[in-house]
Amino acid sequence: MKKKKSLKGWLYLLPAILFLGCFMVYPLIDVLIYSVEEGYNSASQTYTGIGLYNYSYVLRDPYFLQAVRNTFLLVIITVPLSTGIALLISLGLNAVKPLRKLYQTIYFLPYVTNTLAVGLVFMILFKKTAYTDGLVNLMLRWFGAGPVDFIDGPYWAKMFVLCFYTVWVVMPFKVLILTSALASVNPEYYSAAKMDATRSFRVFRKITLPMISPMIFYLVITGFIGAFKAYSDAVALFGTDLNAAGMNTIVGYVYDMLYGNSGGYPSFASAAALILFAIVLTITCVNLLISKKHVHY
Amino acid sequence: MKVVLQNLTKRFPNRNKKGDDVIAVNDFNFEIPDGKLIGLLGPSGCGKSTTLNLICGLETPTSGRILFGEDDVTRLPPENRGVGLVFQNYALYPHLTVQENIMFPLQNLRGADKLTRPQMLEKAMTAAKLVQIDGLMERKPSELSGGQQQRVAIARALVKMPRVLLLDEPLSNLDARLRLQTREEIRRIQQETGITTIFVTHDQDEAMSISDMIVVMKDGVVQQIGAPQEVYDSPVNLFVATFLGTPPINVLDGEVKGEKLYIGGAAVCDVPGVGDQPVSVGIRPEGFTLDENGPFEVSLSRVEVMGRDTSVVSTHPASRNPVIRSIIPARNKVDRTRRTVRFTLMPEKVFIFDARDDRRICFDAE
Amino acid sequence: MQNKIDFDRIERRAAARKRVFHAADYFFLTVWALIVLFPFYWMLLSSLKSYSSYNAEYIPRFFTLSPTLQNYQDAFTAVPLARYFLNTVIFTVVTTGIMMAVIIPAAFAFARLEFAGRQLAFTLFLSLMMIPGELVVITNFVTITNLHLRNTFTGLILPSVTSVFYIYLLKENFEQIPDELYRAARVDGTRDFEYLTRVMIPISKPTLVTIVILKVIECWNSYVWPRLITDDARYFLVSNGIQEIRENGFGRENIPAMMAAVVVISVPLIVLFLVFRNKVMAGVSRGGTKG
Repeated sequence: MKKKKSLKGWLYLLPAILFLGCFMVYPLIDVLIYSVEEGYNSASQTYTGIGLYNYSYVLRDPYFLQAVRNTFLLVIITVPLSTGIALLISLGLNAVKPLRKLYQTIYFLPYVTNTLAVGLVFMILFKKTAYTDGLVNLMLRWFGAGPVDFIDGPYWAKMFVLCFYTVWVVMPFKVLILTSALASVNPEYYSAAKMDATRSFRVFRKITLPMISPMIFYLVITGFIGAFKAYSDAVALFGTDLNAAGMNTIVGYVYDMLYGNSGGYPSFASAAALILFAIVLTITCVNLLISKKHVHY
Repeated sequence: MKVVLQNLTKRFPNRNKKGDDVIAVNDFNFEIPDGKLIGLLGPSGCGKSTTLNLICGLETPTSGRILFGEDDVTRLPPENRGVGLVFQNYALYPHLTVQENIMFPLQNLRGADKLTRPQMLEKAMTAAKLVQIDGLMERKPSELSGGQQQRVAIARALVKMPRVLLLDEPLSNLDARLRLQTREEIRRIQQETGITTIFVTHDQDEAMSISDMIVVMKDGVVQQIGAPQEVYDSPVNLFVATFLGTPPINVLDGEVKGEKLYIGGAAVCDVPGVGDQPVSVGIRPEGFTLDENGPFEVSLSRVEVMGRDTSVVSTHPASRNPVIRSIIPARNKVDRTRRTVRFTLMPEKVFIFDARDDRRICFDAE
Repeated sequence: MQNKIDFDRIERRAAARKRVFHAADYFFLTVWALIVLFPFYWMLLSSLKSYSSYNAEYIPRFFTLSPTLQNYQDAFTAVPLARYFLNTVIFTVVTTGIMMAVIIPAAFAFARLEFAGRQLAFTLFLSLMMIPGELVVITNFVTITNLHLRNTFTGLILPSVTSVFYIYLLKENFEQIPDELYRAARVDGTRDFEYLTRVMIPISKPTLVTIVILKVIECWNSYVWPRLITDDARYFLVSNGIQEIRENGFGRENIPAMMAAVVVISVPLIVLFLVFRNKVMAGVSRGGTKG
């Protein structure tokens, strides 16, 4: 009887186990193996030895270093910026009553749009071509600034567009989380603070911020993880050949190693992916440690 | 600080557009003398919490005025009124320690009132000592019992020496034993500080036991204002009579004929000066005296012994409640084998009310 | 008297401050709303301009007086947009369907059935949640290639089905259904499978809908896996299709036609969102991760 019961439980789990086993557990082990197989040839599926050469190759590859630099810049700029703006917007939303739903709906729109598709719109807005300087350059001209090609031009300009687009894309999630966090703060705390003649900035710093600090840290942590995995935003803006544009990200490097013009090197891709995983894991742990100290309850 | 409420009225627009506004407080007039403890009493939804919010400024009245002493504060934002408010759920900041919670209002002071940190610490300590929580200063609210949280909330309200202290259902979140203890505590603190204090409650025991004056409200309208004993002994209408007192007053249908009060055909009491009319009769449980030849006969249901007193539970056809409860001293033995009991009534414990509008009809009880 | 004047001033100042604050707040909110909406407006606008008038505008115009639907026609004829669209619908429906069929029994087993090793299995499942997709894509790519499943729906769909998080979400939801219901059903002779289909699934419908919506959004926008596994345009999904249009597009840089294509592939999800606004937002705040 008991055995039959056990069997039934596993039977219900079977499809999930099959899928996860084939497409998650096995690949996980396999990626570790790939990453240490030196000189792997995907055509003949042979390798010459076991060692850490793949890692050292990746770490010395200028394209990889470029990708690391881009990714770190993107992370350092967009995570604080998007969290900060999202906090401002949520506070602004929280302070008004009429039209709040409408604003919320609008702010959420980027979440449900195809990153590639809207990225194309951004590219057109920022791009300078022979026919037109593009809309953004038109606006820059109103302020007397010269035309800049944001898509094929200087590095800082490309980085700016990438950061701008990334913030635009990640904002809905953050605004959503923060507005619901703000709404869940017990209004009595605000009444109590009001009775005590607390200035609004102090209310924010001493009451609101501590109360929503768990959610802010949650957003920072997920923000870091998400930004480190940036890829399709960059593709949307600069096309699939990111190495040529100098705008590749670590994830982009992994995929390029795997497939495409420079592809066919699953070993290098595996090594790069594991390095990324190690970076993300480290940063997340650091984040968690900091949040333990600063999140109030 | 004297607090004056003049024609205070608050209407809320009806939520579902149709229908009339909801009048939460209707034409409230009251002059609260300086340094008194006032209990605002009434069933839930009677407008007592709205009144409190109007006094502290979290709501603005639709019409009428509020004065603190000579200052008109009617439209003043709450932060400029100098009131202390203790919330029903205390609203202690969970991420701050007890000390930080108590010091919070002091840190808001600016300009000439600004305090140095040692001054703040001292004031916080004084307030904490007053409510006897000075040993818990480093704890967080979650590490305190309900009673202790309550004290912290009071200390936080008191620390800035408010002109008026307001307490919203201060005891409702405490268990029965703590409730008794805390209400004494509130009384003591109020007397030590001499701050005019207004508290809201739905529990008449609470209000009666510690207030200097009570205000009984119903449906936004003040029913009666007075010292607790005065209101108890002389309710202005049936609502006040039934709302005050435990066990509650017994209500029966009766009739006045020839200056005598009849209940179910028996003349139970003389009511000099009252004209002939149907009336509602209220008899306090302690208004019954056991008497073999008494005029008021009831069917005995059971006798409950409570130690000091005995509670006689009986029925009568004219009673509006299922049973009539009378409290008599334990030394007067009730013969439990009998089917009926007879009482005489103490005239000062018998109230008669106009059957149409429930207003009290006074008579001379000698 | 002095006092009274003072109070009046305090009142007036407080009221004025509040008005200024509100005005500034609305201004700020509106600015961000415009930033969010502008790309949508621009793609709609550009898609309605004719090829020649678009290219004639050295300084882009913020409106058009002669809107045309020509671009939409081009988008469906010059490039196989309809096929991309259809592919994505097939991919989304089948992937979501299979996923639901896989996760419901699994969540049921974890939440309701008792069997040896349940705790251990669940712990292992949970630990899988921490594995980033980027790690496993590499091997999956090799696996699918070796199985000669490139450029097939099977190859596209199978690795996209797995989702540990949704199993977890659903299991939590199933566990909130009181035990008494299960016992009552057992007493009435209901078998486990019937209990699942006739009691648990109807009760958990809100969560199931949430999961479906989240998965549909995920599928509709997925780009990386389809890009790796398809190089035959007949199997492109909309994301890859739009990238293809961008790079080899309409023979020439026909931006209005591209924008028309972008509008077409953006509309379904926006409509889905506007219809199920509350469900989508509630679902994302419970289980969303993008960001």
